[in-house]
Amino acid sequence: MQNKLFSPSRLRTLTGSKGFSTFTAALLAIVLGLIFGFLVMVIALPANAGQGFSRVLFGGFSRLGDVFYFATPILMTGLSVGFAFKMGLFNIGASGQYTMGMFFAMYVGFMWKVPDGLHWVICVLAGLIGGMLWGCIPGILKALCNVNEVITSIMFNYIGMYLVDMLVQNNGTMYVAMKTRTAYLPASAQMPSLGVENSNVNVSIFIAIIIAVLLYVTLNKTTFGYELKATGFNKFASKYAGMNDKRNTILTMVIAGGLSGLGGAFYILAPSTIAGSSMTYEPISVIAANGFTGIAVALLGASNPIGIIFSSIFISHIQRGGTLASLLGYKPEIIDIVIAVIIYFSAFSLIMNAAFTRFIKKIRRKGAKA
Amino acid sequence: MENYIIEMLHITKEFPGIIANDDITLQLKKGEIHALLGENGAGKSTLMSVLFGLYQAEKGEIRKNGQVVKINNPNDANSLGIGMVHQHFKLVEIFTVLENIILGVEPNKLGFLQKKEAREKVMALSKKYGLQVDPDALIEKISVGMQQRVEILKMLYRDNDILIFDEPTAVLTPQEIDELMEIMRGFAREGKSILFITHKLNEIMSVADRCTVLRKGKCIGTVEIKNTSKEELSHMMVGRQISFTVDKEEAQPKDVVLSVKNVSVPSRTSKKHAVKGVSFEVRAGEIVCLAGIEGNGQTELISAITGLEKMSSGEIHLQGRDITKASIRKRSKAGISHIPEDRHKYGLVLDYTLEDNIVLQRYWQPEFQKHGFIKKAEVRSYAQRLIGQYDVRSGQGPITITRSMSGGNQQKAIIARELDKKHELLIAVQPTRGLDVGAIEFIHKQLVHNRDEGKGVLLVSLELDEVMNVSDRILVMYEGEIVGELDPKKVTVEKLGLYMSGAKRNIGKEKEHAE
Ligand SMILES: Nc1ncnc2c1ncn2[C@@H]1O[C@H](COP(=O)(O)OP(=O)(O)OP(=O)(O)O)[C@@H](O)[C@H]1O
Ligand SMILES: [Mg+2]
Repeated sequence: MQNKLFSPSRLRTLTGSKGFSTFTAALLAIVLGLIFGFLVMVIALPANAGQGFSRVLFGGFSRLGDVFYFATPILMTGLSVGFAFKMGLFNIGASGQYTMGMFFAMYVGFMWKVPDGLHWVICVLAGLIGGMLWGCIPGILKALCNVNEVITSIMFNYIGMYLVDMLVQNNGTMYVAMKTRTAYLPASAQMPSLGVENSNVNVSIFIAIIIAVLLYVTLNKTTFGYELKATGFNKFASKYAGMNDKRNTILTMVIAGGLSGLGGAFYILAPSTIAGSSMTYEPISVIAANGFTGIAVALLGASNPIGIIFSSIFISHIQRGGTLASLLGYKPEIIDIVIAVIIYFSAFSLIMNAAFTRFIKKIRRKGAKA
Repeated sequence: MENYIIEMLHITKEFPGIIANDDITLQLKKGEIHALLGENGAGKSTLMSVLFGLYQAEKGEIRKNGQVVKINNPNDANSLGIGMVHQHFKLVEIFTVLENIILGVEPNKLGFLQKKEAREKVMALSKKYGLQVDPDALIEKISVGMQQRVEILKMLYRDNDILIFDEPTAVLTPQEIDELMEIMRGFAREGKSILFITHKLNEIMSVADRCTVLRKGKCIGTVEIKNTSKEELSHMMVGRQISFTVDKEEAQPKDVVLSVKNVSVPSRTSKKHAVKGVSFEVRAGEIVCLAGIEGNGQTELISAITGLEKMSSGEIHLQGRDITKASIRKRSKAGISHIPEDRHKYGLVLDYTLEDNIVLQRYWQPEFQKHGFIKKAEVRSYAQRLIGQYDVRSGQGPITITRSMSGGNQQKAIIARELDKKHELLIAVQPTRGLDVGAIEFIHKQLVHNRDEGKGVLLVSLELDEVMNVSDRILVMYEGEIVGELDPKKVTVEKLGLYMSGAKRNIGKEKEHAE
């Protein structure tokens, strides 16, 4: 009863590689999440469940441009969370850094007069700096006063959000009080579009992917990455080896903040499909969801920058599909639940990883006996 | 035909790149103490883990009282009465002693924990076997000796009668070792059967009935202890003659390398000082040994010298340069090499590969990096050289994940790294803990060689043989002070013991220390 796919020797080589089992775990997480998501849809609206679910699954393919457009900011926040995680830091403050980055980018977009081709570049850099600033403070507090970064960065999510809302509302150029949102950014501040019809997808997706690759190289090829991971694995050994823990903590948080900040900038600086308009920000005291989605993206991507590229695209794909499914009468909340379920399962991917390996080993033993 | 309580027949267990157990047969009689001897990486822990259900053997079978049994996990082992004290303890640090002992087999009524019952049983066992523990202390707060007693109580609590001890004595003080030997004899008298891994031949000669010797995954044979000798055992184990004494010339001390002046270090656990105004010097070309019973301030003093811990007063000079306030990296650059006491906590990043651990103190040097990029090829060839030179054995060489290596080989990797690093002062804290006799011989030679090259060596050891054999000068620490300076050629082990227990002192008498 042996079949080729599950032959013992083949399984041995497959389970032998760590990358493979992390990948299968993520896949398994996704499949289980999808099943549960489907059940939620059946319960909510049985009649349309089949069609709705197929939209969740495949709808994204008809909107590839949008999938990539929405993937960009969560790719950045995912990288931010994942990078800090490699050093053992939980950067739950990605939202605040994201909002700060967005504000800095907008501010330069509205208030500075810069030559055309250069304007958006300066805006992006401003976003980077805004995020860095907001990541830096929890980093400094952690390094110098040993204040837990989780607590400070949650606080900084709120401080950042209220601060930005206040600054926006008090700025006549940026804010249109009538519409409770920001004004349209000048075209020079918007990022070059990729020209996909009806989509905001723009060069930022490429920038984000390049950054992910750079992070991968930093983590795996440089002394900084070596120190960072060593600290994440064993902070006592890194101290023993004379690594500068304080400097590395601050640096990591600055970089993580910068990544989230870029995410905010990429979001707000996207070109509009309608001439003369732009993306806008509503200062309505809500913490940016893209920051938290970043945590899920990082988890699903196992904190590996390359993995995070794919997990961000996947989550964006499901989100797009979900938007389409809502046209069938599903409330946006239901869609949110479906997405949340998938994300929730990804958190268990590590546990499942172990279970799955055991399962394969069992088959292998049985196979070996037969 | 003999009656065996446990038989492991033709066991084969492979790991990537290595056959850890190759057709090994081991038979355990009821009521005997059976020692398991072999070089670092010979496969002892692996074999015991197979018996305890942590690993599944690819080939071979296990029998209990002649019946073939399947042991798929530690629970199966438990229900067959098999218990194990691991080489590196597996206790939950933030739980109490009692909670750790009953973990997994908590007595309950309708789901409610019956702690009182459990406590009574634990205390009765503790009393019966003389295993002193404080049931309400947190694991992270108690000594390794007590942690080990907790592990033993765990087995007894589960009514195990086949007890596996994986290098239990490596972490114990000589006194604790004697106690443990007595406890093991008691178990055997009661009819419990014991499998005992150790690298110390004296222990085998004193408690074991029989001994099985492994070499490179293969079984060399089983011998009756009463018909054998230390020499024969070590010959079986490494395939050559081992010398138990260290050959060395008279030391030729030169300039002062390390000078410690009036150093005091606060204690981590109490308000007192762990080190109270200690002063001493180490010269180039001598091996100074800091002797003492564990917990008399040696750890804290070394932490202060290496920079891991802050001191409250005093000065430290290295080759005349004040390094009292220098960072750990600066001290390392100034020429301190440090083989740390706790290899898992400080010495290694266990999730890194062997080669990454080998450059842990040097990755930032121009030899191994350029513009912040690590030169992988250089790291690889450097690691390969040290692995060869120091005989560090592992499944996959430089790319082996350090966690999967045998305890002794992890230690050898640290020693290789610290000895090969450019240094003026070598601080070696229990460098031979967990090493086989062959490796110990080699390391002792290296220490002497270091000395002869004109380095200063500061050795901390609990092992009296090592103290007497290797050092040129002995400093005895007692309750945070140096109470004696002794010449190993003139002093007897008994006299050294008196100093260590605080019954005698020959320096610092007049000093009074304010607490
Ligand atoms: N989980 C594992 N994965 C891969 N290799 C392993 C694993 N466990 C052990 N090994 C390898 O198997 C060999 C035997 O290891 P084992 O721990 O049994 O040695 P040991 O005899 O207990 O040595 P020591 O005296 O140093 O503790 C070693 O080469 C080790 O690298
Ligand atoms: Mg072992």
